Amino acid sequence: MKRVYAKEDVCIGCRLCEIACVVEHSESKNAIRTYKTEVPRPVARNVVEERGPLTFSVNCRHCDEPLCVAVCIAGAMVKDEESGVVRHNEEKCVGCWSCVMICPYGVIKMKPAAKKVSKCDLCNGRTMPACVQACPNRAIVYEER
Amino acid sequence: MLYYDQNKNYRDFEVLRDENKCIQCQVCVRQCSYEVHTYDEKHDEVTADQTKCVGCHRCEAFCPTDALKIRKNQSEFRDNALWTPQYLKNIYKQADTGGVLLTGMGNSYPYPVYWDKMLLDASQVTNPSIDPLREPMELRTYLGAKPDAVEVHGGNGHPRLDTSFAPQIPIEYPILFSAMSYGSINLNIHVGLARAAEEMGTLYNTGEGGLHPTLYQYGKNTIVQCASGRFGVHTDYLNAGVAVEIKIGQGAKPGIGGHLPGEKIGPEISLTRMIPEGTDALSPAPHHDIYSIEDLRQLIYALKEATDYKKLVFVKIAAVHNSAAIASGMVRAGADVISLDGFRGGTGAAPTMIRDNVGVPIELALASVDERLRQEGIRNRASLVVAGGIRCSADVVKAIALGADAVYIATAALIAVGCTVCQRCYTGKCPWGIATNDPYLAKRINPEIAHEKLANLIRGWGHEIQEMLGGMGLNALESLRGNREKLRGVGLNETELNILGIKHAGA
Repeated sequence: MKRVYAKEDVCIGCRLCEIACVVEHSESKNAIRTYKTEVPRPVARNVVEERGPLTFSVNCRHCDEPLCVAVCIAGAMVKDEESGVVRHNEEKCVGCWSCVMICPYGVIKMKPAAKKVSKCDLCNGRTMPACVQACPNRAIVYEER
Repeated sequence: MLYYDQNKNYRDFEVLRDENKCIQCQVCVRQCSYEVHTYDEKHDEVTADQTKCVGCHRCEAFCPTDALKIRKNQSEFRDNALWTPQYLKNIYKQADTGGVLLTGMGNSYPYPVYWDKMLLDASQVTNPSIDPLREPMELRTYLGAKPDAVEVHGGNGHPRLDTSFAPQIPIEYPILFSAMSYGSINLNIHVGLARAAEEMGTLYNTGEGGLHPTLYQYGKNTIVQCASGRFGVHTDYLNAGVAVEIKIGQGAKPGIGGHLPGEKIGPEISLTRMIPEGTDALSPAPHHDIYSIEDLRQLIYALKEATDYKKLVFVKIAAVHNSAAIASGMVRAGADVISLDGFRGGTGAAPTMIRDNVGVPIELALASVDERLRQEGIRNRASLVVAGGIRCSADVVKAIALGADAVYIATAALIAVGCTVCQRCYTGKCPWGIATNDPYLAKRINPEIAHEKLANLIRGWGHEIQEMLGGMGLNALESLRGNREKLRGVGLNETELNILGIKHAGA
């Protein structure tokens, strides 16, 4: 399946990917409105790791054998066998944070106020995920490997 | 501002942040390497220290909500035609520091730009123009010494060449990437330049910083440079490219050497320059073994000997008052190509006074060098490549018509990969990731993107050159070379017209 991959040698740590993610998952899809008026604001579903000059963006790997699906006590985390996408059903999520703790990549985000988690959905329906399109230096790519 | 020297507040730029649009995302904070923007977590506010802004526009270009504008500081001193704000600020700065004013890029003063005072011809009625989209249009150029005459034997439809030719370098576009050393710019740009040169069938120039081991594969598109510091020069290096360029001078700082500070000599640069890590890389002002044309001849032939007479030797000088006589000597000394760098040529660092007050406009130097070599009957013995302020394809066409074989571009190439000509290259903090080797900043140049943009620039200019040639009824660049009849001057005086060797428009 096509996944989002990071290229750390050209990632410049600008975090425009995070902003694109937030805006894409907002109600208005407008950056200014999203940040200024939406409460609660959607969380970015990727994580930009930084240490010294090394930076890169990670998001859900949509693992072949996803641990988050195995530990989910509510059946909210599901691996879509056809597309390979690991989907999260927020309505079922009970906010137990099991998936947050088990994810080896640390890319499942908590929304404490809502007692729900949030994770990359590969921008459901978008031909190119928002973070990939927003990256100014082609440091995130969406491809089959 | 509190705690600053008063005159620091006479800043050059204003950072205008539209608070209605700013979403406190801090992209500007992370992008500005001069630490203009800071985020105040307590008040969830991004603020700017405007005194630090160099006007590079990186923050503006990256702001996702169009909240930032960089404007010239609107604060005005009392009008004075002599004591303009720039002179005042320079004096304040020097009174504070006692130092030499430094700058980057090329001469920024409003001296005449002769490209803008020359117009090209086009065909109408009596001679047909040519559509380059329908008919072949030859841009290929051969650099190198041409024989005085060509002798053939045979005939009967099978002529054979008796004359042996000096080595020639074919280039598909009359545009080469000018010398920029690894050190002054980073490896990512060098990779981009090398790949673009390979794709477009042209050349790039290593500058005097040596050649990184990963770039030897682009040898057939490489000119290696041998300058006064002789950094990174060894047998493999000299034989790595298709030509060796002896750099005598640079348009941005004629008569001045170079100085890459020790802080910039990291492990990789130390390797290519062949100097210890952390030591200053000092290029002397002159070559200490060249004090005459005869000395130059010795080095030219030493390099030819070292490269088995297979590589061309370029000699590069800054355009100065007596360039024509010097160029004549260079050709007689055995240079295959003369590189002439005009006073608008760029640099990674130069004293401001030198950059802005020394040299000669390239258009005039080019015309006088070409004319002098023709008068002496030695124009065929060397190609002429001009540099320093070539901004567009029309400048290229005008340069060819004035007598150049090809042009060098460097500032234009850097602009293609993002440079905004803020002229702060010497700080090593280039926010565009160009004139820096800081690993965090250098990553901002993705070699893949740089390659595409540089190749696109050459491709675009190539199309335009073909259009202009076709308009003039020419189907080969060779027919335009030194064809000054295709140029007319506008608003030039008699002396300027004479030096350029062109008629005034209307004549």
